[in-house]
Amino acid sequence: MIRTQGLTKRFGGLVAVDGLDLDVREGDLFGFLGPNGSGKTTTVRMLLGLVYATSGRIELLGRPMPKAAREVLPQVGSLVEGPAFYPHLSGRANLALFDAAGPPPTGSRSRDRRRRVEEALERVGLDGVGRRPVKAWSTGMRQRLGLAAALLRAPRLLVLDEPTNGLDPHGTREVRDLLVELVGGGTTVFLSSHLLAEVELVCTRAAIVDRGRLVAQDRVEALLGPTGRVLVTTPDVGAAADLAAALPGVRPGERRPDRLAVHLDGTAPEALNRRLVDGGVRVRELVVERPTLEDVFLRLTGGLGRDRDVPG
Amino acid sequence: MFRVELRKLVGRPRTWVTIGLLAGLPALVAVLLRVTGVGPRPGEGPAFLAQVLGNGALFPAAALALVLPVFLPVAVAVLAGDTVAGEASAGTLRYLLVRPVGRTRLLVAKLGVTVVFVFLAVLVVAAVAFAVGAWLFGVEPLPSVSGQTIAAQDATWRTAVTVAYVAWSMLGVAAVALFASTVTDSPLAAALGALAALVTSQVLDLLDAAAALKPYLPTHYWLAFVDLFRTPVLWRDVGRGAAVQAVFIVVFLGAAWANFATKDIKS
Repeated sequence: MIRTQGLTKRFGGLVAVDGLDLDVREGDLFGFLGPNGSGKTTTVRMLLGLVYATSGRIELLGRPMPKAAREVLPQVGSLVEGPAFYPHLSGRANLALFDAAGPPPTGSRSRDRRRRVEEALERVGLDGVGRRPVKAWSTGMRQRLGLAAALLRAPRLLVLDEPTNGLDPHGTREVRDLLVELVGGGTTVFLSSHLLAEVELVCTRAAIVDRGRLVAQDRVEALLGPTGRVLVTTPDVGAAADLAAALPGVRPGERRPDRLAVHLDGTAPEALNRRLVDGGVRVRELVVERPTLEDVFLRLTGGLGRDRDVPG
Repeated sequence: MFRVELRKLVGRPRTWVTIGLLAGLPALVAVLLRVTGVGPRPGEGPAFLAQVLGNGALFPAAALALVLPVFLPVAVAVLAGDTVAGEASAGTLRYLLVRPVGRTRLLVAKLGVTVVFVFLAVLVVAAVAFAVGAWLFGVEPLPSVSGQTIAAQDATWRTAVTVAYVAWSMLGVAAVALFASTVTDSPLAAALGALAALVTSQVLDLLDAAAALKPYLPTHYWLAFVDLFRTPVLWRDVGRGAAVQAVFIVVFLGAAWANFATKDIKS
């Protein structure tokens, strides 16, 4: 659905996006992660033809962008850097205006507009909303309206930049459920976010960018694969370390009064367990260590809190 | 797209307030003239005003002469400056473009509503001025600027050409403002940019040292429509004015298009 090759964007001397090769497949709920200023928004803008790439290629739904924008974009819904509306108009009027601005979806006519608008509002839980102008709305309601605008054309691909910004936990949960539901219905979702827990919960595949470069792209389970360490909880830490060290390739690591980390390097955890138990070590717990997405993210992006000056 | 833009223009109270104010100024002047009976002496003050006391038929032209130097161009610059930059600063520009609306199409639609606004504003000013003029001063056969009388029918087409000429001049302003609007994301900066260009032009026009430049200044021939009320009509300056405006319109619309079509939308 989305494929980029060597996608690069320079702003003057600044490289915002550097040789990005993305591969989003049909049916993915794809998480696009990166620290602030890592080029996420610039990438999203290039995908949608708002910013022109310095070099590299973009394919959306199998067609080159931005050349085929007229055929491709009607099938794409998007939310880029927060929703935006005409503040003096109501939510309905805003959606109707946006709908009228573009070409009508294939097989549909402009007189279906009212129905489309109502359906989109219903999807995001805004169907009861009145005629108040958008300027009187809360941030959360605007965020929902932005999502409704993205869903207006029943898109095949949704490109969402931080869709749960400004939502309370309830709203966040609803949006998450909505995304899962949409993917279940055959929509592909590209979710740019810095909320790692969110991505870990819902996404099937993910990419991590840092300073404009792709540092990882895989299924989320694969990204969260075992670290190759097990954590053994036992009162006999010293004996456990000695026994583990005797196994080929195995190396005892960090030690606490009742806990020992062991680097396995290919040895099966159950083999270690048997060795320990046979050697008389009282094993209370033996856990295969798995990283959280946060661990992976921090490791790959070299930690947070660095100064950035790259836009978007 | 043009219809969508038209709906935005018509649905915005600001549009009507602006046009109301534009038409209100000449009406206020007319009431003051009528109540006090004190007009500028012939040959002084804004064009035509001296003659208006005796004849309301000249008031549309007088009204346009009143709003032309400052009020009308400011209104046009603000409106045209807001077209693209206003959408950019509100963030709606990116959503329009991904709808998708082609960039050229969007710009043409924006230009279209600007043209509608300019003609609407000029027409309303002229129409209101005619009504007010006829009511307060009565309509007589026109004494032309050159002394002979102009028949009523004749006055009608001269006024019509005046309206068209003033609107065309304002389109020159609109083109500069539209270009500025594609350069910046701030509607205020765009309007100020266009106004700065006009003020520069008007200052240079007063400067003898800039004599060589004068025929090419966008504001130089603005008031040339006065010549339309001479007998016979003095077409020279009106023609030159229209030609100068045409150049400004083509150049700045071209620049606006070239800039907007290739620009990275970061708003």
